[in-house]
Amino acid sequence: MTATAFFQDVNFINAAYLVAFSMFILGLAQLTSPTTAVRGNKLAAWGMFVAVVATLLNPDLDGSEFLLIAIGLIIGTAVGIPSARNVKMTQMPQMVALFNGVGGGAVAFIAWAEFRELGGDLSSNLDVGVPLVFAAIIGSISFWGSNIAFGKLQGLISGSPVKIPAGLFVNMGLLGTAIAAGVAILLGAKNEGLFILILVAAAILGNLAVLPIGGADMPVVISTLNAFTGLSAAAAGIALDNYALIVAGMIVGASGTILTDQMAKAMNRSIGSVLLGGFGGEAPAVEGGGGGETGGTVRSTSAADVAILLAYARQVVVVPGYGMAVAQAQHAVRELAKALEKKNIEVKYAIHPVAGRMPGHMNVLLAEADVPYDQLKEMDDINPEFGRTDVSLVIGANDVTNPDARMKADSPIYGMPILNVDESSSVIVLKRSMASGFAGIENPLFYNSKTQMLFGDAKSSVAEITSELGQL
Amino acid sequence: METHSAFLLAAAETAEKAVSPLLTELAVLVLAAFVGFQVISKVPNTLHTPLMSGTNAIHGIVLLGGLLAIAHADGFLNKLIIVIAIAFGTINVVGGFLVTDRMLSMFKRKPDPVPEEPES
Repeated sequence: MTATAFFQDVNFINAAYLVAFSMFILGLAQLTSPTTAVRGNKLAAWGMFVAVVATLLNPDLDGSEFLLIAIGLIIGTAVGIPSARNVKMTQMPQMVALFNGVGGGAVAFIAWAEFRELGGDLSSNLDVGVPLVFAAIIGSISFWGSNIAFGKLQGLISGSPVKIPAGLFVNMGLLGTAIAAGVAILLGAKNEGLFILILVAAAILGNLAVLPIGGADMPVVISTLNAFTGLSAAAAGIALDNYALIVAGMIVGASGTILTDQMAKAMNRSIGSVLLGGFGGEAPAVEGGGGGETGGTVRSTSAADVAILLAYARQVVVVPGYGMAVAQAQHAVRELAKALEKKNIEVKYAIHPVAGRMPGHMNVLLAEADVPYDQLKEMDDINPEFGRTDVSLVIGANDVTNPDARMKADSPIYGMPILNVDESSSVIVLKRSMASGFAGIENPLFYNSKTQMLFGDAKSSVAEITSELGQL
Repeated sequence: METHSAFLLAAAETAEKAVSPLLTELAVLVLAAFVGFQVISKVPNTLHTPLMSGTNAIHGIVLLGGLLAIAHADGFLNKLIIVIAIAFGTINVVGGFLVTDRMLSMFKRKPDPVPEEPES
């Protein structure tokens, strides 16, 4: 056996895949700790490099194909690097959605090309045919669903739930259409029109399934679609007899499902209820009932007053939310914290698992502003601390502080674990207006006698407090 | 030596035929699912966004599907579709890992005043 033959041998390629899998798995394992996460991600990336190089050794490839491959790789790199480099930290979630979408799109395209290569004959080899149809349906749903999720988070499409009449029936009809077309092909119909029908029906389904879901639930949607793309990649792997696709795709499919479940749990939502309808859809009825009871007076305050309050505090807990992300206020917050620390005031950050648009969103933003990692406290660690906290500074967070989740059984967010800011001696809420949060419900915290509201853009408000503090 | 390895290869092929390749693939699929469940269930909330982004990058492995499919692609349209698929897969991989790296680099601890590892 010559050296070339050795490297091009399917066993060598599979052995290289085995190395790649180990790197993926170890990489993911290292991603579970902040101290090793950077290394873990790099390890997984190198694993991908190994898998790609091993695949390029495939003896079926010859010179002419390498040119096409190079074109694809160069275009992909030329688009991927700048978009990943230039995206703002606040836009990370939609960037993930977009990258997820193109992955799904790639699967759908590969399935389509394979169908054409087989001359439309999927019936004589169902081992290939069934996974191809599956990959086409899921890949197309994932591509379009992710694009809608991107559009919603980016503000291109309204973030509020869009009601589609008889949505569930329409969606089931679309799924049924895609499956029926797939079955017809698997039974021997060599019709490309039918295959395109699969892709189109799944595409419309992807659009209609995500459109009715409110912006607050988007992380769960993206995570679901992430798992979907993984599954479709695994299916494509079975069709193409490629273990790398099967293993890596399935690991993502499994991990995405776990992640989705954890996110949904943190929001006290089931995956089913997220995917079947928007938060906002049911909220107005509740709001009407709740508004009357909670409708107390709202006290508004000034930056100078807040500065005085803070100056005499011993412990201050900052509760960041999406409003801080939108206002890009994280650096201003860090400056304020530094000023407080100079006065020997202890500053901690309370991170709700679903604050912002994705779990960990706030951590990423605050870390960008050089907030020490150990000051970021998770909900279970910080909740007992509120009792001995002098001031809670709620910056652009709303639903995650809503006491209704604890006390009001008919609230749509009842049972969701929240940050008990109302247990601290006083609460300052920085907010642009009295508009409700993404759940579209009233927050009685704002009417609490301990609470004072500081209206305005979070970034300038925080900066103002800092400068007032300096003058004390 | 040549005949020996040829014999081994033939034997391996027969062995492979004895077990349906689909069944082997499904077995691998199921095991991979268990690995995925195990690895992920230990991640703290804090790292969920980077983790989602990281797993997202890993399913960019579909890129390999494009590399395999292009080997037997005929005709302009088929090749075009696959080149698009390769480009999409590459965006997924390159963008995914880079974005994850950017997120994670923000978690890097500032150099501690006391070194964690004792210097000897």
